[in-house]
Amino acid sequence: MIDPAFLWSTLISLLAGVPLTLKLASGSVALGAVLALPLAALRMSPMAILDWLARAYVFVFRGTPLLVQIFLIYYGLGQFRPALQELGLWTFVREPYWCALAALTLNTAAYSSEVMRGGLLAVPHGQIEAARACGMSGLLLFRRIVFPIALRQALPAYGNEVILMVKATSLASTITLMEVTGIAHKLIAETYRAVEIFICAGAIYLVLNFAVARVIRTLEHQLSPHRRDAPQRRFEPTHV
Amino acid sequence: MSYVELMGFGPNGWGPAMLTAAGVTLAVALCAFLIGGIVGVLGAWAKLSESTPARLCADAYTTVLRGVPDLLVLYLFYFGGSMALSQIAGWFGASGTAAIPAFATGALAVGLVSGAYQTEVFRGAYLALSRGEIEAARSVGMRGWLMFRRIVAPQVARYALPGLGNVWQLVLKESALISVTGLVELLRQSAIGAGSTRQPFAFYATAAALYLAITTASTWGFQRAEAYALRGVQRV
Repeated sequence: MIDPAFLWSTLISLLAGVPLTLKLASGSVALGAVLALPLAALRMSPMAILDWLARAYVFVFRGTPLLVQIFLIYYGLGQFRPALQELGLWTFVREPYWCALAALTLNTAAYSSEVMRGGLLAVPHGQIEAARACGMSGLLLFRRIVFPIALRQALPAYGNEVILMVKATSLASTITLMEVTGIAHKLIAETYRAVEIFICAGAIYLVLNFAVARVIRTLEHQLSPHRRDAPQRRFEPTHV
Repeated sequence: MSYVELMGFGPNGWGPAMLTAAGVTLAVALCAFLIGGIVGVLGAWAKLSESTPARLCADAYTTVLRGVPDLLVLYLFYFGGSMALSQIAGWFGASGTAAIPAFATGALAVGLVSGAYQTEVFRGAYLALSRGEIEAARSVGMRGWLMFRRIVAPQVARYALPGLGNVWQLVLKESALISVTGLVELLRQSAIGAGSTRQPFAFYATAAALYLAITTASTWGFQRAEAYALRGVQRV
């Protein structure tokens, strides 16, 4: 029933889409993180209007499907073509790659900013007080104390977000990008062998997500020396 | 044509079509959520059971369906389903490819993905149940179904409620993917409108607003349900 030769050739064809999947995922996660930090800062700002702006952003991007966001950017912005051409932005909006990247970035920024806010709020107040008592303030305090602790606490939730983004890149195939899911769809439409192609494409995504989970876990381990066992010291006879 | 005229309820307005499509989105999401609920309860039961094969099957199910893009699962059901149906029809002498209903396939595919998430929600909720409750039920002679109905189910439902709220939001947003199979739900209807009026931004923005309205109403509904479920519990 299942033909190994077909599985192999399918896997080879699908692997050609992996670079694009990785490029979309890593690009959107990196840009999203850059955007998320100021968003989290706005959300925690004492000025109500700034907090409100960030809240509205998060509300809109978490409350609507990613596919709608992609279509809104790729097809929707076409309605304003003359204005965009005047601004010189049309070259970007015309390209499905930039549209997919923009939609994924804006989407993940909303989710990541909430993850980061959670991490920042979870920094124990005593740690900050202790740092202040040592004379740290401002950027130094943030860089040495607040950021590392917040990062460590937010990492598990952030790992989930990264895995969600790897899966979300599949939606780029709906605007003609040929990443793994796009190629899978083309192959299914050509051969109608949905099960075999699903097995291959699914295996690729599982491997990618497994790798992401491992990296996050290693990073978490690195960042929490206090939870590791103390290194075992072997007793060696001293030669006198 | 102004936006109000475009999305209004006049002779050329797309308002009724968009609202109907929002209803279809709601219906398909609800079906998927219910399918996921049934699968989730069974999955949680399998994960908590003593039998190793059941646990392994449930683990494989949740790992695969949570690790693979939903769009891929949808393609599997849509194309795989119509292929299987054609084959079965072939045995009975029919020829050609059979088309399967987009609503049912979509609800099933999204439902099975949400079932994987709901499995974890129900498992966590069961584990939150204190052992003493079950011991007390046993000590007064309750067993099996009676204990499940009177002691386990009501409390698991309460603990699971916040997690189920999250899964519902997920299902609602994933239902937009079903548009790729041709089901005329909110996103597909917007694409149709965008194509025939050449005003894509107006249509997709309206779709986004309707999704926001549905998710906001759901958040409120789940908050009410939680408040009701916690009415007898003292908050510390």
